[in-house]
Amino acid sequence: MTDTSHGTGGLAFDTTKRSWPNEMNILLALIIIVVIFEILGQVLPYMDNQSFLFDTRGRFDTIFNEARLQIIILQVAIIGIIALGVTQVIITAGIDLSSGPLVAATAMIAMSFAQTELVNGNPNPKAIFGAWAMDLPVIVPVIIGLMFGAMIGAINGTFVAYFRIPPFIATLGMFLICRGIALWWSAGRPVSFPTESYKFLGSGMMPVFWFLSLAAIFHIILRYTVYGKHTYAIGSNEEAARMSGINVRKHKVMVYMIASMLAAFAGIVLSAKASTAQAGMGEFYELFAIAMAVIGGISLTGGRGSIIGTVLGAMVLGVIRSGFTFVKLDGSYQLMAMGGIIIAAVILDQYRQRNRA
Amino acid sequence: MSEEIVLKTEDLTKHYGGVHALEGANFEMKKGEHVAIMGDNGAGKSTFVRQITGVEQRTRGKVWLYGEEVSFIGPLEAREAGIETVFQTLALADDLDVPDNLFLGREITKWDWLGPFRFLDYKAMRQATLEGLEKTAVKIPNIRNTIRNMSGGQRQCVAIARTATFHSRLTIMDEPTAALGVQETAQVENIIRTLKEAGEPLILISHNMRQVMDLVDRIIVFRRGRICANLDIKSEDISGEDVVGYITGAKTQPEYSDAA
Ligand SMILES: Nc1ncnc2c1ncn2[C@@H]1O[C@H](COP(=O)(O)OP(=O)(O)OP(=O)(O)O)[C@@H](O)[C@H]1O
Ligand SMILES: [Mg+2]
Repeated sequence: MTDTSHGTGGLAFDTTKRSWPNEMNILLALIIIVVIFEILGQVLPYMDNQSFLFDTRGRFDTIFNEARLQIIILQVAIIGIIALGVTQVIITAGIDLSSGPLVAATAMIAMSFAQTELVNGNPNPKAIFGAWAMDLPVIVPVIIGLMFGAMIGAINGTFVAYFRIPPFIATLGMFLICRGIALWWSAGRPVSFPTESYKFLGSGMMPVFWFLSLAAIFHIILRYTVYGKHTYAIGSNEEAARMSGINVRKHKVMVYMIASMLAAFAGIVLSAKASTAQAGMGEFYELFAIAMAVIGGISLTGGRGSIIGTVLGAMVLGVIRSGFTFVKLDGSYQLMAMGGIIIAAVILDQYRQRNRA
Repeated sequence: MSEEIVLKTEDLTKHYGGVHALEGANFEMKKGEHVAIMGDNGAGKSTFVRQITGVEQRTRGKVWLYGEEVSFIGPLEAREAGIETVFQTLALADDLDVPDNLFLGREITKWDWLGPFRFLDYKAMRQATLEGLEKTAVKIPNIRNTIRNMSGGQRQCVAIARTATFHSRLTIMDEPTAALGVQETAQVENIIRTLKEAGEPLILISHNMRQVMDLVDRIIVFRRGRICANLDIKSEDISGEDVVGYITGAKTQPEYSDAA
């Protein structure tokens, strides 16, 4: 863009002075949190002057502690994939609580079509189906998993858009249904021993690759396509969107379907990473995914939020988790701190909105 | 039915539960005609518009557009049939900017083979927006600001620019100048005159007697959900006071005596 004035009616406007994007605040918060842990590493007596993110011992060629950076992002990548979908749902002023159990149900179902026939020369002890479902190409379980997600999302969306059930209720019901499906699928037994190609989907840094690629794709979609524009319009003023000729109901169903397909994909990656699927998988994932979006500056009343914000929100959660481990505080403190940060993020958002109105 | 009749309604009725907001409206307008609808607050003017534009489903009655009976299931169908409307509620998305709102629901796009994921042509839409806004003479410092931060009049001009940017077979404006300053009102009235010269039919809802007397050919008066007068102000000698009499109920045309 050039620096020409965009004013109409003779009013000038300085395009060089762009407004401060919301995402910068989250980036700033992220940096502050990192600095706090760096300082803690220096001042806490038992920390032995360790650095949180920088490599001060010359074990690697780079200045960063790459191992820690990888862990930070790896441990939020799978929930991050869910957060990409829930971000879109929240932008339409909805909510999706069903994603955690959907992860489990999809993991069980997809894994059942990804098993190997022989484990160490013996028949697969966890086999769900007969020989026909063994050693199938990896695309089969992936497609089946995604189709299952699409179906669940279509049901969520239909209840929300056509039967006008509040999204909180509709997806809470689906939360229980999906957990039920996960338990029913193999009568509570885990499904294990997948093919090598299925395992590869979740091996090493693959979850991070999926998370960042999907984030890039949905960033572009939300910002530059008609789908994205209509998603924001619906959350901003549903009645106006309808009067402008947007098929609001159809669009909402599509948003819920995309969100559930992303959650289903997270279930595939998670089961591939763990090489097993269990009915209890994905506990609290839906809440952490929502937390990422909220920390990322999304407005729960709809219309505002971005994929970049959510990715940064995921990073904030990752850094906090890692940081607490770094300063040797256990999980109970992590949960309390995360809870506090989520509430702080919402308070900040409301403060910003009030100052604007 | 003649092709010359742009819009015709017969017994158009809308009840909200027990509220009879619109009752048996028989309305007709010819090609190129500009018609004003007047009436007190709550008289049913906006309700009439919502039944024609498919925003709501009518209780009873029939609507014809250019001789063809229509029953729009939603505003999209009405717009596709060529009805362009400035709603009283403006129907703007607060978190989007001006070009986004102007083109909401009919974006300029590229790579259309991508279906719902086709890309927006922001540059073309921005250009067209600037041109559309020139016509309303509204002052907006930066069209890329969100609508939320704009003044009532600026918002209204955005909604009007929307209808002025797209050609239509029938334009409906529900109190388009209610919040506008003197200059902006004059510009909107100019837009309306331009429509008249181009022979594009218009329904104007307004409480502004001077404006209505200046601009339109005919006034329809609504009272308590019913049409109570049909005043041909161009050929008959009708004063503003007469119109006020019909609005308040002091007068009723004999053919509408059941509305009294
Ligand atoms: N959705 C609704 N549910 C119930 N009553 C309604 C609804 N919409 C409108 N009404 C009622 O119908 C009547 C007509 O309303 P309408 O909006 O058509 O008035 P109007 O003539 O446009 O008034 P104004 O000049 O104030 O805009 C009012 O009494 C109003 O309260
Ligand atoms: Mg009205």
